[in-house]
Amino acid sequence: MTATTTAPAAGVWGAIWQGVTRSTSGFVGLCLVLSVLAFSFVGPFLVDSHNPTDVTSIWGPISAEHWLGTNHEGKDTFVQLVLGGREPIWVGFVAALITVAIAVVLGGVAGYVRGRVDHFLLQVTDITMTIPFIVLMLVIASFYRTASPLTVSLIIGLVTWPYLMRSIRAQVLTLKEREFVEAARIQDLGTARILFVEVLPNMAGYVFINFIIAVTNAIYAVVGMYLLGLLPSTADNWGLMIQQAWDNNAFLLPRAAPFLIAPMVMIMLFQIGLVTMTRSLEQALNPRLRDR
Amino acid sequence: MATEIAASPPPPEAGNAPSARADAREPLPLRIWRHHALVKVRKAVVVVFVVANVTFFLGRAMPGDPIDVMAGRLTQGGMTIEEARAIAASSLAYDPDAPLYQQWWDFLVGLATLDMGMTINRPGQSVMEAIGAYLPWTLFSIGVGTVIAISLGLALGMVMAYRRNRFLDHVFSVLASVLGAVPNYLIAMVLVVGGGMYLEWFNPIDLRGTISPGVAPGPTAEFVGDALYHAALPILTYVLAIIGTWMLIMKASTTEVLSEDYVTVAYARGLHDRRIALSYVGRNAVLPLVAQIAISFGTLVGGAIFVEQVLVYKGVGGLLLDAVNYRDYPLLQGLLVIITSCVVIANLAADLLYSRLDPRIRN
Repeated sequence: MTATTTAPAAGVWGAIWQGVTRSTSGFVGLCLVLSVLAFSFVGPFLVDSHNPTDVTSIWGPISAEHWLGTNHEGKDTFVQLVLGGREPIWVGFVAALITVAIAVVLGGVAGYVRGRVDHFLLQVTDITMTIPFIVLMLVIASFYRTASPLTVSLIIGLVTWPYLMRSIRAQVLTLKEREFVEAARIQDLGTARILFVEVLPNMAGYVFINFIIAVTNAIYAVVGMYLLGLLPSTADNWGLMIQQAWDNNAFLLPRAAPFLIAPMVMIMLFQIGLVTMTRSLEQALNPRLRDR
Repeated sequence: MATEIAASPPPPEAGNAPSARADAREPLPLRIWRHHALVKVRKAVVVVFVVANVTFFLGRAMPGDPIDVMAGRLTQGGMTIEEARAIAASSLAYDPDAPLYQQWWDFLVGLATLDMGMTINRPGQSVMEAIGAYLPWTLFSIGVGTVIAISLGLALGMVMAYRRNRFLDHVFSVLASVLGAVPNYLIAMVLVVGGGMYLEWFNPIDLRGTISPGVAPGPTAEFVGDALYHAALPILTYVLAIIGTWMLIMKASTTEVLSEDYVTVAYARGLHDRRIALSYVGRNAVLPLVAQIAISFGTLVGGAIFVEQVLVYKGVGGLLLDAVNYRDYPLLQGLLVIITSCVVIANLAADLLYSRLDPRIRN
């Protein structure tokens, strides 16, 4: 760690590492994110995933046997918590990848090529940005009810790209006036090559920040959709846990509270970790923000 | 305003002068047509029109014929399939057996006359009546929440910028980041669990709904008080959910303005600190944020669906969820068009306000 923070940043990943670790809050955020990831992706190998319903211990209290008590079906809450993180986090990452991919390609093309394509894409974003994306997502998700995690991330990715596309376009507009782009154009390197090899790598940090923001948005959306009961209840899932706890009024019964509060805390820690990480990163990549 | 700019002749303005004179020679109708306000209104109308068309064709692209879906639901009540189909068909604002262009035209005429047909799942209630009964509550709670959050957020953001890198700034920055990161529905849950169950400040079950039974709507103190009482939790949720973002945006904006020359000059002229903070710093820092307020409104309407569901507040969120769950196509189309129109109108208002406050962006 000391080597990378003192030496000049080695490439994009070096810059990102430096940006995240340069402030206390950024480092705390990174630690939060890594621990939640470890909890959700390494944890499942360490617990017994066989978690049967048990009618004799419904809403059981916290005990040595059940670390976080049991839920309305007598299932162990802690085991569910360990198994329940994979899906929302996975959906969040895939959805963010889709959003960022669409936004980068369309934003890059619109900003670099301009003309009719640009005009058309701006009109499209103007319209899609006016429809609240949650509303659009609910309608689409409910009509295609066979929503697997992949479908969900596809839907989220397809409705959330316009905002990012606009800011990528704006960045490309300023970058394309720089000398190195002019040099590439004089060499006749071709539009696709100039755009994807010369221009876009220069905004890698910015794209990375927006990727993380897209992850938080996607997790917000997918947990929200579980909360509304619009997604099939297949596997263990934090969103589903919260929905079941809320619908069964778990908050009225003190010993049932862990089933509601535990997944809430996990989601909050993950979101807070991601956001503080991006804030620290933003300040590192954008020197103008440094004293703000 | 324009004369003021024209009166000062720095080099960049000189280049614009010929085109300004060319504008003056254009006929009046064309100048009105090209007026910045009308351009914005035209754009807004186009957006609503396109969204309306999308909802119309979306209904057709969906798996299953809407009439069949509706009729299927009605036959569960013991109706024959012909009866059910007839009822389902008559509840649409257009004739489902007519050619497509005819349906499309009827739909648009219905839209223009605010007649969007009957709901499927709420017998005897038209789409507009249903929306009219629920939407005001959502707009009311979001509106009050936004106004409180933005005023408080802007004020706190300015304080943070003045005290930047001091203790207060650090505490508020962390607080704002955390509040901005937590999903709004989880904030609502924390309020219910923490404030309602553990601290017992209020009874969350009693707070549900939009109005207590037996309170008649009207301009009475009882009605207003009761409405605010029931809206208190949603409003508090919206305030907490969005205030953090505004604090941080305002802090960044104020910090930038504080380094401007005219602020230094104002201090050098010996103006009162208070006057500098309000008329020089505050006004210029808020200016670029006006456009963002409108954009945030659309996001808020979407997020309200989750919050209303969690808090059992009878707003448009529950209505939309009903429409989605029962495949109430006419209601769904109406909701999409009306919700989008609300957002478009909010955007338009902010746009016009912004170009009024900052004439530079009119072009």
